[in-house]
Amino acid sequence: MMNKVWRRALARKPGWAARCGVLAAAGLALAACQPAVLDPVGPVAAQERTILFDSMLIMLAIVGPTILATLGFAWWFRASNPRAFYLPNFAHSGRIELVTWGIPLLTITLLGGVAWIGSHQLDPAQPLNSKMPPLNVQVVSLDWKWLFIYPEQHVAAVNQLVIMAGQPVRFQLTSASVMNSFFVPQLGSMLYNMNGMSGELNLQADQPGTYWGLSTHFSGDGFSDMHFEVRALDAPGFNAWVDEARKDGPALNAATYTELAKQSIKDPPSTFRDADPELYGRIVNQEIPPAPGPTESGGGQAGQAAKNGGRGAAQTAAADPAICTTGER
Amino acid sequence: MLGKLTWAAVPFDQPIPLIAAAAVGIILLGVMGWIVAKGHLPYLWREWITSVDHKRIGIMYCLLAAVMLLRGFADALMMRSQQALAYNAPGYLPPDHYNQIFSAHGTLMIFFVSMPFVIGLMNFAMPLQLGIRDVAFPTLNSVSFWLTATGALLVNISLVVGEFARTGWLPYPPLSEMTYSPGVGVDYYLWALQISGVGTLMSGVNLVTTILKIHAPGMTYLRMPMFCWTSLASNLLIVAAFPILTATLAMLMLDRYLGFHFFTNEAGGNPMMFMNLIWAWGHPEVYILVLPVFGVFSEVVSTFSQKPLFGYRSMVLATMVIFVLAFSVWLHHFFTMGAGGDVNAIFGILSMIIAVPTGVKVFNWLFTMYGGRVIFDTPMMWAVGFMVTFVIGGMTGVLLAVPPADFVLHNSLFLVAHFHNVVIGGVLFGAFAGYTYWFPKAFGFRLDERLGKAAFWCWLVGFYVAFMPLYIVGLQGMTRRMQHYDVAAWRPWLLLAAVGALVILAGIVLQVAQLVVSIRNRESLRDVTGDPWNGRSLEWATSSPPPDFNFAVLPVVTGEEAYWSMKERAREQVQAKQEEPAYAEIEMPRNSPTGFICAFFATIFGFAMIWYIWWMAIAALVCSFATFVVFAWRNRTEYVITAEEVARIDRAHRAVQDRAYAAMQAAQ
Repeated sequence: MMNKVWRRALARKPGWAARCGVLAAAGLALAACQPAVLDPVGPVAAQERTILFDSMLIMLAIVGPTILATLGFAWWFRASNPRAFYLPNFAHSGRIELVTWGIPLLTITLLGGVAWIGSHQLDPAQPLNSKMPPLNVQVVSLDWKWLFIYPEQHVAAVNQLVIMAGQPVRFQLTSASVMNSFFVPQLGSMLYNMNGMSGELNLQADQPGTYWGLSTHFSGDGFSDMHFEVRALDAPGFNAWVDEARKDGPALNAATYTELAKQSIKDPPSTFRDADPELYGRIVNQEIPPAPGPTESGGGQAGQAAKNGGRGAAQTAAADPAICTTGER
Repeated sequence: MLGKLTWAAVPFDQPIPLIAAAAVGIILLGVMGWIVAKGHLPYLWREWITSVDHKRIGIMYCLLAAVMLLRGFADALMMRSQQALAYNAPGYLPPDHYNQIFSAHGTLMIFFVSMPFVIGLMNFAMPLQLGIRDVAFPTLNSVSFWLTATGALLVNISLVVGEFARTGWLPYPPLSEMTYSPGVGVDYYLWALQISGVGTLMSGVNLVTTILKIHAPGMTYLRMPMFCWTSLASNLLIVAAFPILTATLAMLMLDRYLGFHFFTNEAGGNPMMFMNLIWAWGHPEVYILVLPVFGVFSEVVSTFSQKPLFGYRSMVLATMVIFVLAFSVWLHHFFTMGAGGDVNAIFGILSMIIAVPTGVKVFNWLFTMYGGRVIFDTPMMWAVGFMVTFVIGGMTGVLLAVPPADFVLHNSLFLVAHFHNVVIGGVLFGAFAGYTYWFPKAFGFRLDERLGKAAFWCWLVGFYVAFMPLYIVGLQGMTRRMQHYDVAAWRPWLLLAAVGALVILAGIVLQVAQLVVSIRNRESLRDVTGDPWNGRSLEWATSSPPPDFNFAVLPVVTGEEAYWSMKERAREQVQAKQEEPAYAEIEMPRNSPTGFICAFFATIFGFAMIWYIWWMAIAALVCSFATFVVFAWRNRTEYVITAEEVARIDRAHRAVQDRAYAAMQAAQ
């Protein structure tokens, strides 16, 4: 019964709850500008925003009065207030303690329901409800760029993600080297990219538009530039983009991937034709070994590496004039 | 000969760390020079460096924390100014330097500010509250302190020689593995924490033993002041959790030094295991820090409301519930790893459940004020500031415990704002409250009230101005640890946050001024009675500062609020003069340089291991062990204070106390 009520509350579009939430947390509403968690364009992000507001409301119901009571009691019972009574031995009251344990417990029971149902409904691996079959995209985080492989379309893209608006996207995520986390705030849920493992994340953009994605897990010197554009296009637009990508650019196979996996910063968006649909599996299974990290590694000169650890990256970059280096910035 | 260490390790091409280090070096040398020139060195050696007195060690812990707070805060200013400048621009700190700064900031603030501050307060106040003469293992206490200082020293050496970790305050593999972090930064981190971790663990064992085994007569568990209870819970957590940290970091060390594969990408290593293990320590660590300050606030709110603590038994229960639950919530630090609905939901709900006993505590402080006569001295200001601020932090914390909400807020500046909200608004405010509250007990004079309140307001306002904007940019999708960014919407908030950091800076300046002014005006701020706040627990029964032996005769405890009931009895008696007890000689532990010498060799050992100077590491390890052996073979462990001496010291205090009691009676 309880379950059903919650399910309904969560399934609803950001309606009354969101609106009350915005009113209640007027300060937070200020934050609703691009690219924001509070400005969802997909079903996952929208439900997460609802949960955010609902949880906030439930807690404000207890936290707000507590703050006011703290200030009120402190002020009224100040030593200089002759009108306040003094109970020098008042240290126990069964009734009050029932309330002090009861109220937090009730609040947590409510919130626990939100958490339980929300965790299951919004589990990243949960396929989205849709008549359309999902678009499969395999996401590989590299030092320090994003590779998006379209196994069915046989294309791939670096630092740009192109999807079809209104179609669910089933992401599989892994990492070529260190951990990262794939996140497009306006689409919802993030998920870790980890080497040797494959995660699953289902998202959808409802409207065409350009959104902004980033890595939210610190991954080293090039981390701050690990963001990408998400372009949600209509069906013809998406197909045109795929056709375009199929025509030119290098092919993506183990050899070009290994080259790509070397450390670099601020790679401009680009595409690959002929993407090997088996490549992702081979990265996850470590048939292709993890990316090397800084090329000039420790050993006898670790002191030098220590002195300017950034230099490892800088030197890789120096070999490739297209890449903006850390050292010189 | 010198392993990896060459002149190249000193960053001659980076002016910022070099100038900072030079400034610190000059100040240190200046202070040392002044001490030597003034002939204070023997005093310092005799009375402080080799002291095994829990009060002195507690004060040194707090001093270490205060100094490291300055260093950690300098890092914070650099981060805020970098992010204020780095909109569509590289700013002034390149990534390799910026990444060291945020890693060092977190490491210092948790391990070398918050930890020593709360351990210092526990060391100082807890034995006094229990009515005893020292902790269970006084020399071990000194070793613990100096090993903590070793860790702090190693982190600071990394400023000039080599680099610090560039991996964040918890070095997640595979980034922290040799492949991706070949420099010495992670090794500095590992050895600093391993060595100071040994100190923390020993301190935990020591304080747990003290609370469980040593009491004044009549001091049963349910008569202990709240601060002793929270100290007990905190130290039990240390004993249970720190071995996990040591083992986890040791595994990472084996990976880095000997090519093991615990957490590597290859050969079956599992980085996820590191995250589980480090948070199995890391989440209890949060409660290790916050429980003692809950105790401080319980003491402060009750004393300054002039009422007993409301719901004492409830508070004890809440403390122990938090202690147990602390170990069952670690997974909420990585809901976004993809563990699945059931696992995430269970850990989310368990995390929320911790909010229940915490909420009970807040309500009990609230009802302690109810019907009280609240005196707004500085410690009470910190307490009220804490109560308001902490519930906001608690609320955002519970929000992050809802997995779907965490899916969009994890690792964002919303998270950063949340944990600063509870660490500054909770731990730091509590440490400052305890510092102001117990300062007169430690030094015999109060801190200046006016400057103290000014500092409080700067910290409070500065905190809100600095961190509320971070909640907002977090909701705008900004993630932590960004060296630069190009999202226009974030900029104004980050500028505002930088202003907040400056307001906090004003608070810190005022605190330094407060200390200086109070030392200069110490005669007018003198606490003659030993009970400046009309306190309720036993530390206020002895003089300020207390004699070496704390209590001439161990007090007999007949109920909760031991000292308050003594004062009540004195008030009811017709004649104010207390009966003089039978004085006996007291044996006190002898001072020992063991801790300092051990730590000296531990520092060399750590440094040698960081730079692969194997011969030096072996030599230092052998010397360190030899120090322990020499200490173990000692044959004189204690010295005797004669009954006459005890009587002389105590009579002076009793005379003052009698006059105070007489004044109380006259006032009635």
